[in-house]
Amino acid sequence: MYYLYIVTGFALLLSFIINREKTFKAIKIATNRFVTILPAFLGMLILVSIILFLIPDKLISNYLGKNNIFIGVLLASFFGSITLIPGFIAFPLCGILLKKGVLYMVLSAFSTTLMMVGVLTYPIEKEYFGVRLTILRNIMSLFIALVVALMTGIFFREIF
Amino acid sequence: MKRDDSIKIAGVSGYLLFLIVSFVCGFNPGKEIGHNFVSFSIGMLKLLPCAFILIGLFEVWVKRETVEKHFGEESGIRGYIWALILGGTTVGGLYVSFPVAYSLYGKGAKLSIILTYIGASGICRVPMAIFEASFMGIKFTIIRLMVAIPLVILTSIALGDYLTKRNYKIREGK
Repeated sequence: MYYLYIVTGFALLLSFIINREKTFKAIKIATNRFVTILPAFLGMLILVSIILFLIPDKLISNYLGKNNIFIGVLLASFFGSITLIPGFIAFPLCGILLKKGVLYMVLSAFSTTLMMVGVLTYPIEKEYFGVRLTILRNIMSLFIALVVALMTGIFFREIF
Repeated sequence: MKRDDSIKIAGVSGYLLFLIVSFVCGFNPGKEIGHNFVSFSIGMLKLLPCAFILIGLFEVWVKRETVEKHFGEESGIRGYIWALILGGTTVGGLYVSFPVAYSLYGKGAKLSIILTYIGASGICRVPMAIFEASFMGIKFTIIRLMVAIPLVILTSIALGDYLTKRNYKIREGK
């Protein structure tokens, strides 16, 4: 995360040295866009805060291990799609579940949908790209996650 | 005011009111939701200002021709490779890559290439992949990347071509 601050600071400084006016224009564009999209972010944050309460980590761990493999994968994709958990929480959680005996396949479905399918980011994605593209992209991503889970299952000899 | 907006304002006010009442009365579910809201907001506010400043700098400094050359119709396979590299180094995830992708698109990038970029920013961010491998094992991460990357590119091409043929326009002026 710190490298983002360093890169941004450096880029801003360089830009300022080369051309002051352009830099101010860039900051103006940045502010405008940030303010324009802020309501959509607020919408997402409200959804995230409620969903995280309704579906805590514990609930996810409880459901993933106990079912048959295909229901496990489907449930994992469902949880992964409708939640938004940062990587620094999600992967340790996956690591714990793995030790508890949850299959790689199920965890792969969970982590891939978590990263690619965004039901909660819908308010933002829709603002930028429109409803149709947003829905199609998310369906495609769900499909990719299921294929990845299937291949993970095959490579780890969990199925076939 | 549009009807849509008044519904949104009512929703947000209702939500805030619920949080305030919860904190005043000590209603635990409401307090927990409030904590979730604050911690996620802080996480995003750490990233978004930087992301948007970089987008602003990109808008004023990078020429349209440069984006067209590397990410546009004529870029060929190089465009997808650039999209993967850019996606792999994006910090934060989808909600940061949407505005970046939007900027690229506005400067003439091809739809299927920005879709690849969005996909890549989800699945192959380098710091995240390293973190993942340390918990799940390197084999898990390699399988995931080897399967997902080609699929992301292929589905992006399919989806991009489909929408471009139907003259799909994404919204202007965000």
